[in-house]
Amino acid sequence: MLIIGEKLSIIAKRVREAMMKRDKGPIQEIAVSQWKAGAGMIDANIGPAEDGGGELMQWMVTTIQEVVPLPVCLDTTNYQAIEAGLQIHRNEWGRPLINSTSNDPERFPMLELAAKYNSHIIGLTVGKGGLPADAEERAGIAAEIMARASEYGVPLEDLYLDPLVLQIATSQDHALKVIKAVKMFQELNDPPMKTVAGLSNISNGCPKLLRPVLNNYFLSLLIYEGLSAVIADPHEVAPTAKTIDVILGRTLYAHSYLEM
Amino acid sequence: MAFVPPKESFPGKVFHVNIGTSPRDITFGGENTLPFLSFEGVLPNRPVIAYEVQDVPPQDWPEEVRKPYKDVSHDPALWAKFCRDTFSAEAIALRLTGTHPDREDRSAEDAAKTVKDVLSAVDIPLIILGSNNAEKDASVMVAAAEAANGRNCLIGKAQEANYKTIAAAAMANDHKLIAMSELDINLSKQLNILVTQMGFDRERIVIDPMCSALGYGLEYTYSVMERIRLAALAQNDATMQQPILGDVGMYVWKVKETQAAEADIPQWGSLEERGIAWEAVTAVSLLMAGAGLFIMRHPKAAGSVGKLIEELI
Repeated sequence: MLIIGEKLSIIAKRVREAMMKRDKGPIQEIAVSQWKAGAGMIDANIGPAEDGGGELMQWMVTTIQEVVPLPVCLDTTNYQAIEAGLQIHRNEWGRPLINSTSNDPERFPMLELAAKYNSHIIGLTVGKGGLPADAEERAGIAAEIMARASEYGVPLEDLYLDPLVLQIATSQDHALKVIKAVKMFQELNDPPMKTVAGLSNISNGCPKLLRPVLNNYFLSLLIYEGLSAVIADPHEVAPTAKTIDVILGRTLYAHSYLEM
Repeated sequence: MAFVPPKESFPGKVFHVNIGTSPRDITFGGENTLPFLSFEGVLPNRPVIAYEVQDVPPQDWPEEVRKPYKDVSHDPALWAKFCRDTFSAEAIALRLTGTHPDREDRSAEDAAKTVKDVLSAVDIPLIILGSNNAEKDASVMVAAAEAANGRNCLIGKAQEANYKTIAAAAMANDHKLIAMSELDINLSKQLNILVTQMGFDRERIVIDPMCSALGYGLEYTYSVMERIRLAALAQNDATMQQPILGDVGMYVWKVKETQAAEADIPQWGSLEERGIAWEAVTAVSLLMAGAGLFIMRHPKAAGSVGKLIEELI
């Protein structure tokens, strides 16, 4: 189970300020803390970054990889910024991940970049027509993204399908649809397609105390259905990921398994 | 169409462990596939057999396995040298049996002296074992580890009850460590975690999941060893990627089949052949389960297992 650390996001005030001031300290501190907590990849969310996005993404990737031996998940809608990040990403610790393409033609160029730079890529199962209604529609969009990926020369094993987690507080019925979609995505190919979820969206808008509870229980159901990766706070979800791996027999049990 | 054997490849790999000093040092482990499946992966090092030697005369060993050593077993240094010179032993395992409180209760200082004597008699790698009394071993192994400082030995056995002391002694004197648990895969993993949490390098450990003789629970040892190897290779579990020890001789030479006289059970055939076969078959079974280091007693058993390894590798 790959945990992609979500804490380096422009939405957080401390991170945003550090990005604007190009202050490496807080960025590196958060990167290291996520790595130590069990992240296998660090998400760098710089937002739409319309001005100077390329330079900002390069600064983020370099700043992170100076202190953490992990690949980076390049998270922005800005095509130039993604390409700039890919150009300087250090691949010796793993290949980068583009976050993301979708079934929206505006996002297809991201596939071009994945092929050109031999990067992994997330395919968010939404199209131009708004949010998917159910698991079946998500799987339909997933199949279209897969066809598009093949067209652009991206191997299917480099594509992570994202079912688009919605807020439980406003779209309760989608929680189960997302779980079902994770199962269906895998059936679209042999070997099974990889899947990823932006976990914390499930509890977006919920009281602060409830958020880790919702995130962790939801994650355990997703892992059970075969989720390959999660974008989340590793401090919050690592015990769940490790415990489910033990319960499913993927890791050998020992009393100190949580410390490993 | 020609037959193509299905091949499995594993994400994990067993650590290399090196013991002894140049030019007679040896390395075992390092494989990234199951035993002898060289068409699937690499097996860079041969499994190693160490000859067992005791600090006190082996009056607890059955006659058949005492015989080959009858002229030398009064002196551990002589005994070790005899194994090297006569049987081309690659390594010696010195068991400090005499330190056990129920035996001669030899002191830690006596043990240290024996270790020094053996180390000056032979240049091949030395494995140093306590008497398996957790409490006494804690003091004996500290003295033994110090006495062997600089010779890159493998010392043990560190168990749940004494691992802190013995691991610290191994660390302070630059030795490798045997971590032993009692036939329980999860406790074996747990002990490795505890030892590494002390700051002990996980690549300097050898796992002893506890041995058993053919007919006396061998299948339990086999399963535990096999499961450890699969955790290391298939699940890439770094806490289980150490080579495995099969401490064979000690378990084999106390079972009835290696001791019952021909006169009593004539249908069992020659006692000598039976004992040798019992030890060899036990060792070979564990070889197939993934053990990479063996401690054996009878030279003919050790010799035949060595020959089999040569033929299979």
